Parts: sequence; structure tokens; C-alpha cells
Amino acid sequence: MWKESSVVATMASLQRPDFMPYQNNGGTVVAIGGEDYCIVSATTRLGLGFAIPTRNVCRYSILNNRVVLATAGMFADTATLHKVIKARVKIYEEQQDKPFGLHSAAQLLSNTLYYRRFFPYYTFNVLGGLDEDGQGFVYGFDAIGSGEKVKVVCNGTGQALIQPILDNQVEKKQQYENKQITKLSLQEAVDLIKDVFTSAGERDIYTGDAIDICIITKEKGVLVETFQLKQD
Amino acid sequence: MFRNQYDTDVTTFSPQGRLHQIEYAQEAVKQGSAVVGVRNKNYAVLATLKRTTSDLASTQKKLFKIDDHVGMAIAGLTADARLLSKYMRTECLNYKYVYECAMPLSRLVLRVADKHQIATQRVSKRPFGVGLLIIGYDQQGPHLYETSPSGEYWEYQAMSIGARAQSARTYLEKVFETLNSCSLDQLCRHAILALRETVAALKDIDLSTKNCALAIVGEDLDFTIYEDEDVLPYLDVIETGSSQPMDGQSST
Amino acid sequence: MQLVVDPVRHTTSPLVTGGSVIGIKCSDGVVIAADTLASYGSLARFQNFSRLLKVTDSCLLGGGGEISDFQEIQRLLENLTTQDFCFNDEHKKSPRSLHQYLGRVLYAQRSRLNPFWNSLIVGGYVQSQSFLGMVDLYGTTFESEVLASGFGVLLGLPLLRKAYRPDLTVQEGIKIVEEVYRVLFYRDARSINRIQVATATVDGVTISEPYSLETKWDFKGFVNPRSTYDESTW
Repeated sequence: MWKESSVVATMASLQRPDFMPYQNNGGTVVAIGGEDYCIVSATTRLGLGFAIPTRNVCRYSILNNRVVLATAGMFADTATLHKVIKARVKIYEEQQDKPFGLHSAAQLLSNTLYYRRFFPYYTFNVLGGLDEDGQGFVYGFDAIGSGEKVKVVCNGTGQALIQPILDNQVEKKQQYENKQITKLSLQEAVDLIKDVFTSAGERDIYTGDAIDICIITKEKGVLVETFQLKQD
Repeated sequence: MFRNQYDTDVTTFSPQGRLHQIEYAQEAVKQGSAVVGVRNKNYAVLATLKRTTSDLASTQKKLFKIDDHVGMAIAGLTADARLLSKYMRTECLNYKYVYECAMPLSRLVLRVADKHQIATQRVSKRPFGVGLLIIGYDQQGPHLYETSPSGEYWEYQAMSIGARAQSARTYLEKVFETLNSCSLDQLCRHAILALRETVAALKDIDLSTKNCALAIVGEDLDFTIYEDEDVLPYLDVIETGSSQPMDGQSST
Repeated sequence: MQLVVDPVRHTTSPLVTGGSVIGIKCSDGVVIAADTLASYGSLARFQNFSRLLKVTDSCLLGGGGEISDFQEIQRLLENLTTQDFCFNDEHKKSPRSLHQYLGRVLYAQRSRLNPFWNSLIVGGYVQSQSFLGMVDLYGTTFESEVLASGFGVLLGLPLLRKAYRPDLTVQEGIKIVEEVYRVLFYRDARSINRIQVATATVDGVTISEPYSLETKWDFKGFVNPRSTYDESTW
């Protein structure tokens, strides 16, 4: 009976039919690009169904002292993707003898994700850092490499809860009355991130425990602080 | 021209039991400009002499960073060294990808020595015309290795290869027993002074920021190359210090 | 002429399986434990099967899930440690490196859609540092102070988290782990009250002989349950 069927097309589906290679471990990542800073933050909870196998995983990678990558989604894919990206960045920096730029990292990430278009990394990435002029920018990507350069972005399970608040508070969109656009200071941006994660933690079971906040400035490179959220 | 029946390919022994092609490759190492390597309990240091083919050209690259914890200096054919450095970088990267830790030096050196060896036993290949001084820091502390085109490799406390390396080795033989108790500054000083021995006999050349480069790796220090103005502080010893071996107590 | 070939076929679900493995980090070492049952579906098939391994002098592995896959992983690790020995350079894989290695192996297998159907817990003690990490069949790797797999995630983890203190000793750790297994035995139908406890401390690794946990079945509700409504078992 099998001999009559088209073999190649069915082969993949016949292997372990009851094994799904994907898992959702949740997680939320937020990045804000300011005038002279960039903030990239990620939750540390590893969720699985209604359980929390651990409360302390690292969802971000410091690619160099100007670029940070943070990823939500399946944690095994996240770890693998970060390994691949870090290796590629290292090869570049050794061969070219100069730091890997933010925009190059965005392109690399996009290509790496799209390379697995038909067996994707189940990951939702944000990439943040400073460009050549020291200005903060962030990129948001979907699982297969589509992305855009923006000033503020949220990805992961808390996206629907957090992104509208960021649009409103950072980009001053959808304001009832046209307000003067005032740029957020670094401290205001950090406080906003703590607020939105705390709020999202109340409604999203995959967001909680703690967040790692990477603060990127020209002067100090990347500084990481941890902010505790509720464990429930 | 001296002719030899047994040197037309690398896989044929001479009646004396020698492989001439390998020995010629080792001559290429001796033609390369000198490099010196030393280590103490916590650090390993390389000092290199850079040459130019003409006044119009830039200097040849002598130091290669392999990974955060490994680097090397080369004597011989730079082009061959580039290939080996790429190989070693890939090996370190792969090791880190799988084990999430730095590759042990002994494993890396063994692999690159095996690569040398393969080129000595196949008709279609030629030996690498380059000698390497590899330094690095792993769980067992700092290391200094030499590899040879023959595929042999050795670990050292102090070593020099390249043109007129014998005079540097003579210097190192006098001081190597004191190296373990040296400070990092003193270690660098020994490296520079040993390297200076290789140019001491030459009238028109002395170590300067233009032709000298230094590299250090250690427990709290990733492999770092110092050249041009960065190497100046280390060259001060040439003005003040003598080429006589120090007793290890004096400081810069 | 045969134009088409038979499709590649793999085992489609685990057959002989081990249950929960749990681990807890202590100030002076690490404790991991497993019961000795290998089930065949709902049949308690092999009742004296050891699911704990000594990998190196400082590293332990405990495995749940498909037993044949676990044995294949055991062979992979033996190869790896044998190779390390053959280099004769005193370099040994740290528990953290072995944990990462297993993560890569299991991720590679899942990416071929032919996973090693296991949850693995790696424990170790090197240079006065305890290590405790976990790998699952997707290749997810993480470290934690307390870990559990299988039913242990639901019934064991809350108990472990409650009992955990950074200054726990290995002796206290063993008591906690025994208590967790007692609870698991009462509620997890794929478990047995025969366990092994392994420790990694400054003295190296030890794996205990299997021993039985004392259980108590003379609760009133157990002895004479009348109906679900008027007599709860717990």
C-alpha cells in the first residue's frame, strides 16, 4: 500500500506521527531604543503547560557591547539560535577585526531564521542596540525572519498585553489629546519596562518570576540588572 | 645547485631514513622572522618581530587570535598559517557549541598537529611551511606549545622559533627557571629581551613600535594583541635594561 | 521494477518507560534519585531496573522515559568519557559540559523527528560547586536548585521548592527526596516504592543500592472506602 503512495512527501509525516517537535515555553521580551541608550529585557520563567519547570532561565544574549538579542518561544530553539548567532558574530569579529553592527545583526538574524523557513525555529526575537552614531534602535522579528526596525517592540506571550501600552507611552500614539512628544529618559524607560512586565504578569501565566534588563549605553556598554516579579 | 634523488616527493624516505621535504619545510620556518613565547604560573606571552617585504609594504601578520583563550604566533609562510588559524578557530567554535566551554589547549594542539602530520604522508600534499607558537589558558593554567611541519609538537616554559631564534633560546635557557615566579611585567620583559637577541647582531634594525608586537593571555585576561603605540610601554626595557639575564627580582 | 522505496519508520511512542527523576542541590553536594521501575505500558515490567548512572568521578545522570533510548545515551556518554581517558591529558568533561552535550544530542534527535524520548537530570560536584541541570526530549536545557521530571513536576516540584534552602546538607537532601518519592508512590500509578539515591560530593559520586520506602496504608479512607463523597482518601 505504501508503495503506491508518493514517498518523499509522506516520509516526514510518517516519522513519529505522534511526536510534535515543538513546545511552547512562553516568555515575553521587550526592547526600547532611546536617543542615546537601548534597553532589552526578557522574562526568566520557563513555562510548560500549567507547570513551571524552572523560574530562572536566560533568554538574552549579549552579542557584543552594543548589541543584545532576546528571544521568547520554545526554549530549546532559543538556546540553539543564540548559539548559532553568537558563533557567526564571533567568526565575523575575528575575520574582520571590528565589532558586529546592530543592523548587520538584524540581517544575520533574519537570514538565519528564514534559512529554517520550512522547519522554523519557534522563536520570537527582539534585537536591540546602538547604531554607528550611538543612537538606540530595536528590531522585532517573527519566527521565520520577517522583521522591522522600530523604536519600541514587544514579542512573546505578553505581546498583546504590552505592545499597545508601549505604543501609547513611548511613541505617544492613540493619545486622546495630541500631546507634546517628549522622549523618555533612560530611567523613565526602565521604570516603564518594570511596570509593563508587572502588569502582564498579572494576566499572562507565562510571564512572571523575574526579568533581566540589559541597558546598553555608549559609555558603559551593556549592564544587566534583574527585577523580581511575582512567582504566582 | 645541490641535487638530491630523494626529495621530489614527501612520501619517499632517503636511505639515511630522512624525509627531505619535511626538512625543507622546517627550513621555511627558520626563514620566518623570529617569535618568542614564555609563560609563568598565570600568564603566557608572545613577542614577535614583524618584517616587511619593502618600505612600501605593510608588515606581515605574525599574531593570530584563535579564541578568547587561545592565540598564536607564526614563523614561516603566512598563507599556510592563515589556513591553520581558520581551522583552529573552527575547532574552538565547534567545541564551544557542543560543550559550552573553552577547548582545552592540549586537544586543540593535537588536532592541528595531526593536520600537519597528514600532509607528510600523502603524495598529493606538501607539508605546511610554518611553525606555530601557540599560547592559551585553560582549566590547567597557561600553556605554551610549539608545532612543527613534521607534525610533532612540544610544550614549553619558554621557546623561540624563526630566524636567529637560537640566540633568543640561549637567552631563555638562562632565565627559564625563574619564569614561574615572575610577575606579568617581568615576563613581558623577558619576552622582549629574548626577541631583541635575534636582532642584536644586526646593525640597521632594533625593536620598535613599528616592527614589534606582543600578545598576552591569562587567567583573567582574554588573548590580547598589543602593537603599534600599545606595545611602547613594553619596549621601554630596551632603553633601560641590559640584554643580560635578570635575576627575576628586578622590576620594570 | 520497483520505483518507490519503503518509508523510513521509527518507533512511534515510548514502550518501556521509567517514571519521575528528581534532584536537589545542596551546599555540600547534590542529590538525585529515581525509583527502580521500568514499566511496559501499565505493566510494572522490570521492578529492579537502575535509572541512575555514574558518568565521571564528579558527575551523575538520572533518566526517565524510554529505557532503550536511555541506554543508548549511556553508550554515548561511555564513548565520550573513554575518549577523554584516551587523550591522557587529565582533561575531563565537567557536569555542565556533559549537560550541554546531552542538550545538543537530544536537540539534534528531535530535529530529525526521531527523539530520544527521555527526561534527563545531570548532577555533579566540581571545585566546591554543585551542579544540577535537566534536559528533555526537545533538547531544552536548564539548571535549577530543584528539578523533577514526569509526574514529579506536578507532585514533587512544589514539595522540593518548599523544602529547599541554600544551606541544605546532602543528608537533609536525601530525607527530602525520600519524602517526595513517598508522595509520588501514593499517587503516581507508574511508580514503585523501591528507590535509589545518588549523591555527588567532595568524596566523589555514590549510588545507593535500591531500598524500599516505608509506606502507610491503614488510613481509614484507604482501609474501608465507602463512596467518593463521604470518605476522601486524603
